[in-house]
Amino acid sequence: MSDAQLRNENRLVLTHVYVATAALTLGALFGLLQSFSRARWLTMPHAFDYYRMLTAHGVLMALVFTTFFICGFATFCTYQSIPRTRSTALGWAGLGVMLLGTLAAAYEILAGNASVLYTFYAPLKASPLFYIGATVLVVGTWLVAADILLNVAWFRRNHPNVRLPLVVHGAACTFVMWIIATLGVAVEMIFFLIPWSLGWVPTVNVMLTRMLFWYFGHPLVYFWIMGAYLIWYNVVPKYYGGKVFSDALTRLAFVLLLLLSTPVGLHHEFVEPGIGAGWKWLHTMTTYGVVVPSIMTAFAIFASFELAAKRKGVKGFLGTIAALPWTNPAFTGPALGMILFIFGGFGGIVNASYAMDTLVHNTMWIVGHFHITVGGPVALTFVGTAYWLVPRLTGRTLWAPKLALAQTYAWFVGMAVMSTAMHWAGLLGSPRRTDDVTYFGTMAAHAWMPQMIAAAVGGTILFVSILLFVAVAVGTLFTPRAQHEDAAFAPVEEEAAPTPAAFDYVGRWGLVAIVLAIIAYVGPLHELLAQHVYGAPGMRTW
Amino acid sequence: MHLHRAERIWLTFGIATLVVFLAIIGAAALSEGFIPPSHIQTIDPTKVAQTPPFDKPGLRVTGQDTAEVYVIARIFSFTPSLVTVPAGTNVTFYATSPDVVHGFFIADTDVNMLVVPGWVSSASHTFARPGTYLLLCNEYCGSGHHFMYGTIKVH
Repeated sequence: MSDAQLRNENRLVLTHVYVATAALTLGALFGLLQSFSRARWLTMPHAFDYYRMLTAHGVLMALVFTTFFICGFATFCTYQSIPRTRSTALGWAGLGVMLLGTLAAAYEILAGNASVLYTFYAPLKASPLFYIGATVLVVGTWLVAADILLNVAWFRRNHPNVRLPLVVHGAACTFVMWIIATLGVAVEMIFFLIPWSLGWVPTVNVMLTRMLFWYFGHPLVYFWIMGAYLIWYNVVPKYYGGKVFSDALTRLAFVLLLLLSTPVGLHHEFVEPGIGAGWKWLHTMTTYGVVVPSIMTAFAIFASFELAAKRKGVKGFLGTIAALPWTNPAFTGPALGMILFIFGGFGGIVNASYAMDTLVHNTMWIVGHFHITVGGPVALTFVGTAYWLVPRLTGRTLWAPKLALAQTYAWFVGMAVMSTAMHWAGLLGSPRRTDDVTYFGTMAAHAWMPQMIAAAVGGTILFVSILLFVAVAVGTLFTPRAQHEDAAFAPVEEEAAPTPAAFDYVGRWGLVAIVLAIIAYVGPLHELLAQHVYGAPGMRTW
Repeated sequence: MHLHRAERIWLTFGIATLVVFLAIIGAAALSEGFIPPSHIQTIDPTKVAQTPPFDKPGLRVTGQDTAEVYVIARIFSFTPSLVTVPAGTNVTFYATSPDVVHGFFIADTDVNMLVVPGWVSSASHTFARPGTYLLLCNEYCGSGHHFMYGTIKVH
C-alpha cells in the first residue's frame, strides 16, 4: 500500500469528519436561537421563522452530522483493519453524492421551501427538491455502505480462515442494518412524496408514509448508537491501556442490534389512529429486546475498566474510576457521554412503555430524551473521538488540548442542564416543536416557563462548547507535523473459548433481520391498507 | 462461547427484570385498560364539515355520567375552541382534521392523540375536579402552530 493511497484514504475520512463538523456548527447556532425563542428572549423574524430554523436544526444534526461522521468513521475502521491496494473511488463517489443531496435539501430549507421538520410528515408539502435532496443523501450512504461491504467481501475471499477484524464486523453490521432501514424512507420518498410533490399524483396516504418513515426513523437512532458503540468497544479502551472485554460478546451485541433495530418503529406511533393496540403492543415488546445488547455493553465497558485497573494494581470501584484518564478529551468525550446515556436509557424506558407514552408523547420530555441520547452519548463520543482521529489523519498534533478537555466537560454540563429542564417541562405538558409556548398567558403555560429559561441557559453552555470544538477543529489544521505510531484499535482480552463462527455471517443475519421486520410490519400494514383510506391533498401551511 | 460468571448473573437478572416489567405493562393493559389511543375509523377529509357528527361539533351528553365531544382540528384552531364538561363525567373525545396532521393534547391529563386527515381519533378521560384545562396542538402544523389552542372548562 503506497503512501499516496494512505493519504488519499485519510483525506476521504477527514472530509467526512469536517462536513459533519460544519453541519454541527450551523445546527448548533439554530439550536441556540430556538432555545432563546422558547424562553421568549427573542422572536424570530418572519423572514426566517422558528420552524424553518427547527427544520434546519433537525436535518443538520440528526441526518447530516451523524451520518457523515459514522460513514467516515466506519470507512476508517474498514480501511485501517483491511490494509490492501485498493481504489477509493466508490468511497469518494458516496461522499460526493451525500454532499450533493445535503446541499440541495439544505438550500430548500434555508430558502423557506421545506419547513416540514426532519420527519417531513405529509400532508405538509415541501418543494420536490427537498425530498429529492434527502433521497440523494441516502443513496450516497448506500455507496459508502457498498465500499465497506466490498472490502469485507475481499477480505473473506482472500483470508478464508481468518476472523473478520472485530471493528470491521461491527461496521459491517451497522451498514447492513442501515441498508435495510433506509429502504423504508427510500420507498416513502420515491413512490409517495416525490411524485406527490411534483403534482404527478393528487393525494398521499398519510398513515402509510408515517409508517414507512418510522420503519426508518427508529433504526436511524440505532445507527447512531452503533456508531458510538464501535468507538466504545474498540477505541476507548486504548486510552486507559485496556482491552476489549470479549470478542464473542462484542460481535453478539452488534448482531443483536442488527436484528432488533428495525421491528420496533410503531412505538413512535403509539397515539396515532388507524393502528390497532395489538400491533402497538407487539412493537412495545420488540423495542425492549434492545435491552439485551445494551446491558451487555454496559457490562463490557465496566469489565474492561476493571481488568485494566487490576493490571495496574488498582482496587475498588472508586479506585477503578479514578484511574481512568479524565484529562484526555478523546476519553472524556465518550466517557461523559456514557454517563448521560444512563439517564437517556431511563427516559427511553418510559417512552416505550405503551400507554405510559400518552403522558409524554410530543411534549418537551421527548426533546429532553433525544438530546440526552443522540446529543449526549452519540455526539459527545463523536466529538471526543475527533480529537484523536483528526490529528492521526492529518499527521499533526491536537491544537489546544486543554481547550478540548474543557469543551467535553462544558458539553456534559450544558446537556445535563438543558435536558433536565426539557424533561421537566414535558411532564408539565409543554409541547415540543412549538415556537411560543406561552399560550397568551394561560396558567398551565406559566408553570413551564422557568424550565424554558433553564433550557436556554443549558443551550447557551452547549453552544459555547461547540464553539470551542470548532476552534480546536480549525486550529488542528495548522499545528506542527507529528508521527502517530499507536495502533488504531484496542487489543482483545484472551478468552476461554473461541467465538462462534456464525457471528460473522453478517449477510445471513441481515436476511434474518429482514424476516423479523416483515413479521413486525405485515400485520399493521395489512390492517391499514384494508381500510377505505382517503388520500390527503396536502398543502403548504407556512 | 464462554460467559463469565458475573456476566451470566448480570444478564439473567437483566432479562428477568425485563420479563417482569413487560408482564406488568401487559397485565395493566388487559385488566385496567391502560392502552394507547388506537381508534380505527376513516372519514373523507375534504367533507369533514358535512359529515355527521362533525357537521355539528361540540358536546353530546350520552348518559348520566358519560358524554362525547366532537372536535375539528384545523389550521390553526380547534372547533369548538371552548368545551364545558361536568366534573366526574367520563368524556370521550373524537377529533379529525380537514387539512394536515395536528396534535390533540390536554395538559395535565393523559388525553394525548394525533389527529390525522382521513382518520378519526378518540380518547376518553374523566375530569375528577373542576378547573380550566389547556387543550393544545402538540404536532407541528405550520406557521401558526403555536396559536392553536383551546380551553376545557370543568364545572
